[in-house]
Amino acid sequence: MKKLLVPVLLSTLLAACSSTGTFDQPAGGAAVDERSKGDGSGVATVTAPSASGSGIAALTDPKNILSKRSVMFDFDSYVVKDEFRPLVEAHAKFLVQNPTMKMLIQGNADERGSREYNLALGQKRADAVRKALSLLGAKEAQIESVSLGEEKPRCTEATESCYAQNRRGDMLYSGEF
Amino acid sequence: MKKLLSAYRLLLAATLALVSAVAQAQLSIEITGAGASRFPVAIPVFENEGSLPRGVTDVVRADLERSGLFSLIDMGIAAFPVTTIPDMGSVRSRGADAVLTGSIYQQGDGRFEVRFRLFDTQKQTELGGLSMRMAPAQNRAIGHKIADFVYEKLTGQPGYFSTRIAYVVKSGPTAAPRYELQIADADGMNAATALASREPIISPAWAPDGQRLAYVSFEAKKPVVYVHTLATGQRQVVANFKGSNSAPAWAPDGQRLAVVLTKDGQSQLYVLNADGSGVRRLASSPGIDTEPAWSPDGEWIYFTSDRGGSPQIYRASASGGGAQRVSFEGSYNVTPRPSADGKNLAFITRNNGRFQVAIMDIATKQTTILTDSARDESPSFAPNGRMILYATETGGRGVLAAVSSDGRVKQRLSVQAADVREPSWGPQIR
Repeated sequence: MKKLLVPVLLSTLLAACSSTGTFDQPAGGAAVDERSKGDGSGVATVTAPSASGSGIAALTDPKNILSKRSVMFDFDSYVVKDEFRPLVEAHAKFLVQNPTMKMLIQGNADERGSREYNLALGQKRADAVRKALSLLGAKEAQIESVSLGEEKPRCTEATESCYAQNRRGDMLYSGEF
Repeated sequence: MKKLLSAYRLLLAATLALVSAVAQAQLSIEITGAGASRFPVAIPVFENEGSLPRGVTDVVRADLERSGLFSLIDMGIAAFPVTTIPDMGSVRSRGADAVLTGSIYQQGDGRFEVRFRLFDTQKQTELGGLSMRMAPAQNRAIGHKIADFVYEKLTGQPGYFSTRIAYVVKSGPTAAPRYELQIADADGMNAATALASREPIISPAWAPDGQRLAYVSFEAKKPVVYVHTLATGQRQVVANFKGSNSAPAWAPDGQRLAVVLTKDGQSQLYVLNADGSGVRRLASSPGIDTEPAWSPDGEWIYFTSDRGGSPQIYRASASGGGAQRVSFEGSYNVTPRPSADGKNLAFITRNNGRFQVAIMDIATKQTTILTDSARDESPSFAPNGRMILYATETGGRGVLAAVSSDGRVKQRLSVQAADVREPSWGPQIR
C-alpha cells in the first residue's frame, strides 16, 4: 500500500493540472489554450487542451494482471465473457483496496454505421464492465463508464478480425485520463 | 515538481505545434453527375471587371454550374454592359434562355460598385437586377450573392451559395492524428479551422444564427458537448455529466439543445438551454435513443432508437409524450435529418450491407435511396432542401459528397491527403 501512495499523489497533481474535470458537471466555460486570428473568414482558431497521463508502476507491470485493461466483446453483444472474469475480478479487488483510485471505462464499437449510434453501443459495453466491477465491490463513485464509439479504433482495416479488436471496453486509472 | 513542469512544457509545445500547423487545405469539388435538363444561361464577363484584383463573374459561373441545374452558354469575350439592353435574339440564337449582364464601377474610396441585370431571352423581359458595393476582397461573397439571385429568379427556390459548411478533417500519422473542425464556404473555399485537437471531434451542429456550433469533443477522454462561437473562438461546456454526452441538436429557436446523455443509464434524450442549464429528460425508453433532430416548426424531435430490436427512426413531440415509429423498411435506419420545409427526411439506410443516403416524404412515407455508395454517413440538407451533403468513403479515405434530393446531381468534395467526415450544412442567413 505504501508503495502506491506516491504515484497516487502524483497522478492527483497531474489530474489537477490538466483541465479535464470528468466526474462532476463543471460550471461555465472550458479552458481555451490558444487563439490565433483566422484568415479573414471570421473564424478564430482554438486549440483544444490535451491531457497527458502517467502510468502507475503496479498497474503497468506486464507481469501483473492489472496491466491488462481490455475486455473484448462479441459482435452485437454487451455481455462480459467468462474468459474476462479473472481480469475484471482483479481490477475490482484493486479498486476496493484503493478507494481513492478512480477508473474511467471507455467503451468502443466497430466502425460500421452511424457514429452516434456506435457511440451508444460503446456505452453499453462500458456499462457492462462498470456493472461487473460494481457487483464485485467497487464503489459507484470510483467508476465512470463512457464511450469513444468508433472514434478510437485499435485496428483500422475493414476486416472481421479487425472489427473484433475494436469491440472492447478499456479500463483507465486516475492519471491515465 | 520537475516532472510537472516538464509535463506542462510538453503540453505547451504540443499546443504551439498544433497552432502553427493549422491546415489551409481547400476542399476541391468534383461534379460526378448533373441534372437531366439543365437551364442554359449566358454569363458574359462583367464590364470593367479588370479593375478588380480578383473577378466576380467566374464565381457566379462556377456556383451555377456546380449546382447541376444550369449549363453555361459561351458568349465570347465581349462584356455586356449593364446600361444596355442586350440583343436577346442573338443571345437566344446561341441557345441561352437567360442572360446576366453586369458592370463594375470603381468608387473614390477604394471600393467598387457592382451592378447587374438578368434577362429572360424567351419572353424578352428583364427579371430584375441589383446594385451592390464591395471591398476588393469581397469578390467571392458578392459572386455568391449574385449566383443566389440568378438561382432564385430562374428556379423559384432560394440559392445556397452564400451559406457555409462545417466538417471535421483528420490528418497526420495514425499514432498521433490531428482533428480539425473546419468551416468553409459552400463551394469549399475559405476553409478555416475553428478547433484543432489531438482527440476526435464529432457531430457538429449549426445554431440557427449561423454564428455558433455545438459539437462533441473527446479532449477530456470522454464525449463532452460544447457550444463554440466562431468569430471569437469562445467555447462553453454545455453538457459534461457523468458518462457520455453527445449528439447535440439545436431547437429552431436557437435557445435550447436536444442532447444524448447516459447519466441515468443508457443513451437517452434530454433537452437543455444553450448555456447548459435547465436539463430535463425528454423521453424514457428501454433501449438506445440517440441522434435527435428538431422539425423546423419545433413541434417534433426525430431520433434513432433500437427499442424495437433494430435501430429505426422515431419521432416524439418536443413537449414530451409517446414516440411514433417513422421508418419501417429494412433493419437499420439511422440519422434522421428533416429538410427546412419539414416535408422530407434524409437518413442513412442499410441496403444489402451497404450504408446509403435515403430520402423519405414524411407525409406519404415514400422512400428513395439516393446513392450507390457503401459507407455513407451524416446527411445534412442545404437550406433550400435541394441538396444533401454527406460523408462517404472512396479508396479507404473519408470524403464529403453531395446529392440532389432527386438523386440526379452528384458532387464529391475532398481534401488532399486527409480524411474528411462529419459534414453539417449551415443555415441561410438573410
